[in-house]
Amino acid sequence: MTTQTVLAEAASVGGGEAVTFWILAPLALIGAIGMVWARNAVHSALWLVLTMLCLGVFYVLQAGPFIGMVQIIVYTGAIMMLFLFVLMLVGRDASDSLIETLRGQRTAAIVLALGFAGLVGTGLFRALAGVTAIGLDKPNAEGNVQGIARLLFTKYVFAFELTSALLITAAVGAMVLAHVERRKEDRMDQVATMKARFRPGSYPGPKPGPGVFATSSSVATPARLPDGRLTDRSIPEILPVRELTAEETSLKGTDKK
Amino acid sequence: MNAVYLAQDPTLADFGKDPWWLVLGKIVFAFVFGLLATLLGVWFERRVVGRMAVRPGPNQVGPFGLLQTLADGLKMAFKEDILPRTADKVVFFFAPTISVICAVTALSVVPFGPMVSIFGHHTPLQVTDVSVAVLVILACSSMGIYGIVLGGWASGSTYPLLGGLRSSAQMISYEVAMGLSIVAVFMTAGTMSTSGIVAAQGDATRLTILGTEIPAPGWYAILLLPSFIIFFIATVGETNRAPFDLPEAESELVAGFMTEYSSLKFALFMLSEYVSMVTMSAVTTTLFLGGWRAPWPITLWSGANSGWWPMLWFFGKVLILVFVFVWLRGTLPRLRYDQFMRFGWKVLLPINLVWILVLSGLRSIEDWQTRDRLLATAIGAGVLLLATLFWPSRKKEPKPTVQEQVNSRPHGSFPLPPMDLQVPPSPRTKRVVAEREPANIAAGSDSREV
Repeated sequence: MTTQTVLAEAASVGGGEAVTFWILAPLALIGAIGMVWARNAVHSALWLVLTMLCLGVFYVLQAGPFIGMVQIIVYTGAIMMLFLFVLMLVGRDASDSLIETLRGQRTAAIVLALGFAGLVGTGLFRALAGVTAIGLDKPNAEGNVQGIARLLFTKYVFAFELTSALLITAAVGAMVLAHVERRKEDRMDQVATMKARFRPGSYPGPKPGPGVFATSSSVATPARLPDGRLTDRSIPEILPVRELTAEETSLKGTDKK
Repeated sequence: MNAVYLAQDPTLADFGKDPWWLVLGKIVFAFVFGLLATLLGVWFERRVVGRMAVRPGPNQVGPFGLLQTLADGLKMAFKEDILPRTADKVVFFFAPTISVICAVTALSVVPFGPMVSIFGHHTPLQVTDVSVAVLVILACSSMGIYGIVLGGWASGSTYPLLGGLRSSAQMISYEVAMGLSIVAVFMTAGTMSTSGIVAAQGDATRLTILGTEIPAPGWYAILLLPSFIIFFIATVGETNRAPFDLPEAESELVAGFMTEYSSLKFALFMLSEYVSMVTMSAVTTTLFLGGWRAPWPITLWSGANSGWWPMLWFFGKVLILVFVFVWLRGTLPRLRYDQFMRFGWKVLLPINLVWILVLSGLRSIEDWQTRDRLLATAIGAGVLLLATLFWPSRKKEPKPTVQEQVNSRPHGSFPLPPMDLQVPPSPRTKRVVAEREPANIAAGSDSREV
């Protein structure tokens, strides 16, 4: 904790913090640009992971170790993993098609993005121009985690609970939308599936063999069922039962005279 | 002496004061520990599983086969490094390194021992500690799965992709159980730093049994038994070890996510598997088994928890946990995928939530007066009793007799032999005997057997 409080000294940026920032900030930007530019969806997700990791380290640098670690665990660890899961289900060859369906879409997007970035940049710059940073020393006095816990469970408890209720609603809603309604009697559990396999007429086992009652081992002899009845199922369909005609049984006239 | 004894437990303020060479030394130590643990761990696992399977295991290279893993590692380095044509080359290359880096990094916040003196510097036997050290470990383990998932995806073939898919789903579901079981530790210890958690487990409550005072261990494995069990199960799931080794299920997916890997990249995956097994054992030791603290009979000796000795207890505990990992592998068959998921979401998670609820209830009535506390406990117990009383019971129907089962079969079922079947003598036997009889008659001298 000492290192973090040292790093967050008001209005002074430590050497370590500056070095880390100048290494990771370009990486975060590259990740963000790469996310947009990558054609492959999984590559896109990986660039986003890079940006999120950098952001997590930034949080840690700025005296917020808890939020930094939670960023890494929850966003890169769980949520991006879910993204990857879905992308892998879609298939690895799914790349963006570069055919534009809207005319002038690219130009419009670039102009709008530049405009938005300019707006946000100037807004932030003007808002922060006269602000002196006081750091997080006071809220972190008892420890970062304890400070967050105190705020979450006292001042912001209602907002926190509302957010969680919203998230649960979203999750339940997604489940309801994705749920395929099946009537209870239509559902086949394992026992029902097994019974269906063995229901009369679809005996799944091997064809019955001749058994103890058989009098001949010929393929054409029908087998006997366990109760002694004959069954045709043991005779291969490839051997049609037929009587030889008189012509076939007669001498072919090839024998020696 | 007293001051020295008190200073044994490092606090967060003790970190970040080491000179650079000491930091470097600690990092190298942790790294070498991971590598050596892998070398010995593979040998240990093969020997122990061999013993369980009543066979010797590797015993040719070096004394007791100790150098077998080294030989295997050298062999792997000289094998051809195959890059599949359909592989995504960059991701394919980086995946194993991600796994190894994350597995080793988690070791940096594991306390190996108390404050010791190294060349005049009073320093804790731990690379570093932060106020959220346990979360660092969680983050490392969750990032390590990326290596497996990406390796499976980048290989560009079906079995690795299936392994990667399984791994990602497995990691998401088991990390929830893992995180929730750590919550109980946080609540009891009041800190998230690993050295703080080890220190909190040192406050042994003393039990007086038959006049002798026995210090009951303050280990969270005993105080928070449900959390410990769930954490260890989740650990096995998180490290992809049997019986939860679905991502590399060799009987279904060839080798799962690492089917297409060969040579050093394969060796890196093996390394990461064993390092993460050791790391997770070390983390379990730290969180639940008192870390480097000596177990009870040893604590009678006053110097047990000071100096370099605690490292021995720490390694002993880690070794026992690694043995349990191996034991599980040698004993349990692999779970089916849906059973595995159901176990994580429908068993581990609800038990964990209820346990945290009970624990926080117990913690919050701790300060109350005795009468109120009894009342609260009685109400809780009453609710529990009523719930068990009115829980819908599933009574099993009596099993029908064989004759009833036969009679209840639908018309047209596959026929059964009669219950009193007398097998008639085979007609063929008779014929064989009849045919043989002439052979018994003495033949003429000119007849010859052919």
